[in-house]
Amino acid sequence: MASDRADRLSQELLRDLFPRQSVFPASIASIAAIWQRRELLGLLVRREIRAKYKDSTLGLVWSLIRPLVLLAIYYVVIGKFLGATRMIANFPIHLYAGLTLWTLFQEAVFAGTGSILSNAAIVKKTALPREIFPLTSIGAAGFNFIIQLVILIVAVAFTTGFDWSIGFLHFPLAILIIVTWATAFALLLSALNVYMRDVQHLVEVVLMIGFYVSPVIYSWGMAAPHLSGVLQEIYLANPITLAVMGTQRVVWDPTPAYPWPSHLALRMLIVWVIGLAAVFLAQRLFNRLQSNFAQEI
Amino acid sequence: MSVEVVRVTDVNKSFTIQKQKSLKERLVNHRAGKLHEETFAALKDISLTINLGESVGLIGPNGSGKSTLLKIIGGILSPDSGQVLTRGRVAALLELGAGFHPDLSGRENTFLNASVLGLTRTETERHFDEIVEFSGIGDFIDTQVKFYSSGMYVRLAFAVAVHVDPDILLVDEVLAVGDEPFQKKCMDKIHSFQEEGRTIIFVSHSPGQVADICDRAIVLEKGALVEDSTPIVALGRLRRDYQQVIAAERTEQETTSSPHTAEISRIYLTDSLNSRHDSDFQVVMPPGSDLMIHCEVQFPAAVPDWALNIAIENFLGQVFVEADTRSTLAWTMPSQAGTLRFIVTLPNLQLGEGDYSVRVTVRDDQDRTLDMLPQAGYFAVRGFKHVSGPVYCEPAVKFLSE
Repeated sequence: MASDRADRLSQELLRDLFPRQSVFPASIASIAAIWQRRELLGLLVRREIRAKYKDSTLGLVWSLIRPLVLLAIYYVVIGKFLGATRMIANFPIHLYAGLTLWTLFQEAVFAGTGSILSNAAIVKKTALPREIFPLTSIGAAGFNFIIQLVILIVAVAFTTGFDWSIGFLHFPLAILIIVTWATAFALLLSALNVYMRDVQHLVEVVLMIGFYVSPVIYSWGMAAPHLSGVLQEIYLANPITLAVMGTQRVVWDPTPAYPWPSHLALRMLIVWVIGLAAVFLAQRLFNRLQSNFAQEI
Repeated sequence: MSVEVVRVTDVNKSFTIQKQKSLKERLVNHRAGKLHEETFAALKDISLTINLGESVGLIGPNGSGKSTLLKIIGGILSPDSGQVLTRGRVAALLELGAGFHPDLSGRENTFLNASVLGLTRTETERHFDEIVEFSGIGDFIDTQVKFYSSGMYVRLAFAVAVHVDPDILLVDEVLAVGDEPFQKKCMDKIHSFQEEGRTIIFVSHSPGQVADICDRAIVLEKGALVEDSTPIVALGRLRRDYQQVIAAERTEQETTSSPHTAEISRIYLTDSLNSRHDSDFQVVMPPGSDLMIHCEVQFPAAVPDWALNIAIENFLGQVFVEADTRSTLAWTMPSQAGTLRFIVTLPNLQLGEGDYSVRVTVRDDQDRTLDMLPQAGYFAVRGFKHVSGPVYCEPAVKFLSE
């Protein structure tokens, strides 16, 4: 047995634990390392979900109750009392579509920011690709999103119906945009948060503002007249805004005709590609910062 | 054939000592922060290689960089400069139950923890029954771990860790937990790992464990590698350094109080059979030899009624023989100025096989220490394997007829 081991190992090459690589090979190595530990990623996502609702009688139902209550509040307060239902046709669908996408982004980024710190015990004592922890937050948020998505699909199927033309592709693209940008932010912020604990509080505040920057409780049609040329472009450069509108474009039926921003699909494609570049940069930065995680936590 | 599994080359690591974590503190104290920022060199130019099958103890005082080095070899912390090469599967047993979630059952945590340590799901499934068996958890495996006693928690975690099948196992003090039967189980497992030809790298403050487990020990002091040798020599070095620290503290208090001075200028050992010398020991002798301790003590002025104390210790500091001219022998030592040379003989020394050191102390009439050499000399006892244990004898048997 001992000599088998010696034979096997003498065939292996010595591995450099901390190779000095240039940017692209390093990224590929990181992705390969994460892919190798995908099973662990799956288990960690499961742990997040199971631990959250363990011992609660309603369990997973809770992840439905929260958005539905939010929906009801917004519907009654914004829709009825403030009269949004009169200005936005099918207001609940418009609202729920935006809410679902926003919740995905918000949960992923918020949990992602704290993910390295909340897994301190593992980070300090084991050698893992640490990207796994922010990715776990994305996965757990994604799971909640899928549950909410089911409701959205059922609701849309019974009310306005889907736009089954080529335009349907706005919807998957919107989800890709959210996931991509959430990944970039989660990677970056989780690493920064190890060195500066303010980050998590800052993120909380910025996310609160972020919710009102996208057309969820109001419509693009209501906001557009208040935004002049440059401001409008800035507003439309927000990936979340574009993803929300792309989704609404598919699931929401605005009668009468609605002033969608020009080149919505193109804008979405562009922010997605930029998002991919952001993930790449965020991962590089993460990789630099993570070398001292075990010491800084 | 020796297979190199770890090669560390010129590794340096320093930490910035900086307590300010919040943005406000950083902004407010920006200037001051830079000034007060201190770097602390945790490791300085460390180079070493470790072969497959070796069991290496990393020892040293607190803050000497042992754990940092272990974390760097484990790939948990990256060095500022230098290179670390490894071969084979590395498992770091730095904390038992890393990632255990209190709300999940023992079963779920087993799979999770095994995955953290690098086992695949199929491998975990294959070992699952063994893990439960080894841990002795039994039916509690499906109970949430928050209801476990701390002993059960540690047993399950250890059971998972030892089933990871590493080529290189990194261990950091974790064996200091659990009750005695469990500690014995851990030790047995470590020994079987050694028989299976795995490499073990082990950080410990327990000289007994290092002596028991390791065949090589590395002493780190203030981030530098100061000794890389057999456990006996390395532990001896560490103990000498510790005792120097203690002695320095003591003499600071005591020499001032004593009006006399004396210096032990030379000590060497011989035995009655003129046994061979080697690099580690001045004398390697069989049990039952006479041990001669040759002493040279300098007295700048005559010290009235001084006392000499000679103790034989093992490298754990356990005393086997202690002779004191005042308290045990009631001898009167000659009081004179100048250099005094003499030989102390410990005749017919029936010590068991082992490695020993000699401590020599000179005290004045008020029992204040004038000088002490904690490890004045080393000797080893070898041969005649009739018995084991610290005391030697030659047993005989006589059968009585009915």
